Amino acid sequence: MTESMPLVLVVEDEPQMRKFVRIALESHDYRVIEAGTAVEAIQQAVSYTPDAVVLDLGLPDMDGMDVTRRLREWSTVPILVISARGQEDSKVKALDGGADDYLTKPFGAGELMARLRVALRHAAASREAPTAVIRIGDEVVIDLVKRLVHVRGEEVHLTPIEYKLLTALVKNAGMVMTHRHLLEQVWGPGHAHQMQYLRVYMTQLRHKLEDNPARPKFLVTEPGIGYRLKADV
Amino acid sequence: MSDTERRPDPDELLARVREQEQISARGKLTIFFGFAPGVGKTYTMLEAARGEAEDQKRDVVVGIVETHGRYDTGSLLIGLELLPRRPVEHRGIQLDELDLDVALKRRPQLLLVDELAHTNAPGSRHLKRWQDVDELLGAGIDVFTTLNVQHLETLNDVVAQITGVIVRETVPDAVFDTASEVRVVDLPVDELLERLREGKVYVPQQAARAVDNFFRAGNLIALRELALRRTAERVDAQMRGYKAAHGIEESWHTGERVLVCVSPSPHSARLVRAARRMATSLHAELVGVYVETQVSLRLSTEDRERLAQNMRLVESLGGEAVVLRAEDAAVETVRYARKRNATKIVVGKPTHPRWLEVLRSSFLDDIVRKSLEIDVYVISGQSGGEAVAPAPPRPETRRALELTGGVAAVAITAVCTVIGWYGFGQEQLADVVMIYLLGVVVVSMRYGYVPSLLAAVLCVLAFDFFFIPPYYSFAVSDLRHTVTFAVMFLVAVIISHLTKRIRDQADSARGSEQRTASLYAISRELGLAPSRDLLLAAADRHLREVFGVRVAVLLPGSDGMLEGTFAEPGTLDDADKDKGVAEWVWLHQRPAGLGTDTLPSARALFMPLKGARGRVGVLALYPSPETRLGDADEQQLLDTFAGLIGSAVERTQLAEEARRAHLRAETEQLRNSLLSSVSHDLRTPLAVVTGATSALLDEHGPKDEHIRRELLQTAHEEALRLNRLVRNLLDMTRLEAGALKVHEEPQPIEEVVGAALGRMEDRLRGREVETRIPAELPLVPFDSALIEQVLINLLENATKYTPAGSPIDVAAHAQDGVLEVEVNDRGPGVSPRDAERVFEKFYRAHEGEGGGVGLGLTICRGIVAAHGGRIWVEERAGGGASFRFTLPLEGQASVRVLPAPEERESEAR
Repeated sequence: MTESMPLVLVVEDEPQMRKFVRIALESHDYRVIEAGTAVEAIQQAVSYTPDAVVLDLGLPDMDGMDVTRRLREWSTVPILVISARGQEDSKVKALDGGADDYLTKPFGAGELMARLRVALRHAAASREAPTAVIRIGDEVVIDLVKRLVHVRGEEVHLTPIEYKLLTALVKNAGMVMTHRHLLEQVWGPGHAHQMQYLRVYMTQLRHKLEDNPARPKFLVTEPGIGYRLKADV
Repeated sequence: MSDTERRPDPDELLARVREQEQISARGKLTIFFGFAPGVGKTYTMLEAARGEAEDQKRDVVVGIVETHGRYDTGSLLIGLELLPRRPVEHRGIQLDELDLDVALKRRPQLLLVDELAHTNAPGSRHLKRWQDVDELLGAGIDVFTTLNVQHLETLNDVVAQITGVIVRETVPDAVFDTASEVRVVDLPVDELLERLREGKVYVPQQAARAVDNFFRAGNLIALRELALRRTAERVDAQMRGYKAAHGIEESWHTGERVLVCVSPSPHSARLVRAARRMATSLHAELVGVYVETQVSLRLSTEDRERLAQNMRLVESLGGEAVVLRAEDAAVETVRYARKRNATKIVVGKPTHPRWLEVLRSSFLDDIVRKSLEIDVYVISGQSGGEAVAPAPPRPETRRALELTGGVAAVAITAVCTVIGWYGFGQEQLADVVMIYLLGVVVVSMRYGYVPSLLAAVLCVLAFDFFFIPPYYSFAVSDLRHTVTFAVMFLVAVIISHLTKRIRDQADSARGSEQRTASLYAISRELGLAPSRDLLLAAADRHLREVFGVRVAVLLPGSDGMLEGTFAEPGTLDDADKDKGVAEWVWLHQRPAGLGTDTLPSARALFMPLKGARGRVGVLALYPSPETRLGDADEQQLLDTFAGLIGSAVERTQLAEEARRAHLRAETEQLRNSLLSSVSHDLRTPLAVVTGATSALLDEHGPKDEHIRRELLQTAHEEALRLNRLVRNLLDMTRLEAGALKVHEEPQPIEEVVGAALGRMEDRLRGREVETRIPAELPLVPFDSALIEQVLINLLENATKYTPAGSPIDVAAHAQDGVLEVEVNDRGPGVSPRDAERVFEKFYRAHEGEGGGVGLGLTICRGIVAAHGGRIWVEERAGGGASFRFTLPLEGQASVRVLPAPEERESEAR
């Protein structure tokens, strides 16, 4: 076990669930610290400064959203929230409040690993210089310097807004982007509620980039939450 | 032998126990009873109250006490809690009344209320203070009060006779008799007169003259005797009650009844009081009877009112008021007396002159003759008290009718004369007489009694004038003709009389026919009304037609509070005030409001609606200009109506309860089937997971890595299935609890289809999935998470019930204001028989094929319905099932999706 392996804080009040997450993480050589309550979680986060936090939204002592907010006051650590189905509202609130991605119970170990990997990679990437050319799968190539997009070798013309939308998604590749985040990044603050524009431009983008927009490979919709650029394809 | 033991009659014992219970629940009434003002009732009462407050530490509050500025009385009030009075402004005079509501709210153990006979100021809840006291006692509050003998209802007229002063404020004897305690406050007459001279007796200014008459030694002695005797009677009654309670032989037999003949006469009230006294001394029941005959139809409004008053008096004196209908009043009275085992009949002395009896039979004579073994008491009608009301002015319409009748009488006489003149001449007198008589018959038939009498007179005169020599003069030459005149006149009068009688009978028959018809109509319609609202509407219509009133009905709501369930426009406007009256009626189960003694200032008459099982609601009747509620007949009919409506409303309530019980039973059954279904469906995957994992944990379990992996795979799949089952169950619960919130936002259906397909990726593996979604589809408002769920459920069904590897396609198109989405498969399809049932809860077309609980499609239907759409299944051309649902496009004009030339089609792996 090397010091360089990422340290993950698992905040979950159910011992069995915590155990499962710990085993899953440790089997992939992550180092794990645990917390059963929000207060404990904040203490742990302060004393160990973990590389990532896996946070259950249904904690007994504090709202998961409040924990996110408290952590974000001083830390940019990637936060992965776990919630039950049907809690779309709290998911969106947590994401808008600074969480990086979410998982819905029940989830598989593979899903957890993939999400965590993306979050860690994203956190690392933001500290590095941006790459000039980005590839999404085998089909889409984006040249951020020349502002050119090629789909299956052919150049596709995007409107400025479409381009901005695409780059916002690319920057957060693999992670969910809430409607609000996208709107703020593309249109700027103050437009956070013009969801219909976003939907229309998203559809246009999908039609331009996807082979079958009704079964998208990259530009995936997360109903009720936002969009995700699937980078692992 | 136990028979010889003198045991109390069980019924009587039971009645006594009930009475005791009633008494213990009610507050105790103590009356300080005196024979005249100034004997010191209030003083004694206050003294007693102070004693209660000090010795037994009881919570004593003064409700209302008049000290009339007397120092010694006033000083007794010191240290006692005084309730604030309720100021009432009446004709510019400030009056202070007992504030009943404050008293009820304060709920002292003992309340002092002076002057029991006091009449409340207009606008108070009750007309009389004793009614206030009654309500206080009903609320369990003990009351001390004062009363003078002249205010007792039955002694009222005796006092009037003795003193010549008519006392308007009376208290029913029942209040006095049922009081827990009566304390006589006595003072020798000389001392009272002494006090009066010293100015120690309060005398209101306006009554000063009457008081001079009142406070005469003779009067006072008589009053004192009356008061003491009345108290003695009460004690006597108590002793008898004691005897009865302890099985002591009784000398009087029960079941005696005194029947009093009530009439519209102003003297009848006296008769009723006398009968009451007689009944009381005999311990007999009192029955007041009025027989409606033809005569009743001619009663003036005043007479009707007085009759109603007299009947009410019977009731207020604790008697039973009965209205009978018959041809002969005397026969009917005796028949009824016999039927009710009455032992005595009380009749008023006739007031009409004797000669009238020659023409018509005397009621009194008939009663006396026919009554046989029943005693008949004839009591003087005249008394000093009341004057005979002057003859009432006839209503205008009637006057007009009689005017036209008079004109007709003249005209018809003229016609008869002309016919006689030209048809028969002056010789055939017999024929001419016949013609005239025919004329009288016509007049009496068409225009009634008085015009026909006029016609009779005119005919005789005309006959004399034109046909009897000397002609054209009223003089008569032959004396024999006078006989002809007399006979002719008599025959004419008899004819008018008979005709009139026939008409009256017809009227009476028509009246009762109408009543019967309206009763029949309302009872039939109420019986047939399928719902409460229709029933109330029917009741309203009938009440409006028959009584000319506007109607509101108040029924208890789910919280037990009265609600205006039905209200015609213009009723229940002043909701708070009207509701207050209604609530009083609801609580006390007695009519109140307009025309009653309780809250008479209300805008409407409120009647309790009662059913077989108890109170049902309150009926409010608002008068309009054409309201007919005056006479006893109509009151009785109204009571019957109210009874019918009460039981009909109760019936609908019972039906509603039965329906609810049925529903509960059905829900219960459903829950049971859910439980059995759910427990099975949940247990199967659990059993597999448990089995597989325990096999893996077992140290003697399979060692082969391939088998171990297979077991793990199975456990994983079953866990996922369990997840789907639980998800469906939760969704269903949310749907049924109405907790499903639909966040509609305009969005492309394409996104949700894509998301659903993405989420189903694992299970769709190996199938061809085709999507046909035109790019130009408008944005449609829907909840993306919920519609995604619908699509997932439909896709899950498609993967579950079709052979592995068979293709699935998803399509959408817009038409007729809706977006239609279809999920098609190439499976066995859904038979038309099942087409509707597959959407029902727990219905599974294919039992136990790795399927769910049978909720997936039910949830789909619930979600689609919540969006205002519809879901169904069709047979697909070429085989398979086609599940389709629609979403309304409303708001589609907003933003359109990028137009693309053609539908995009694609094939999946």
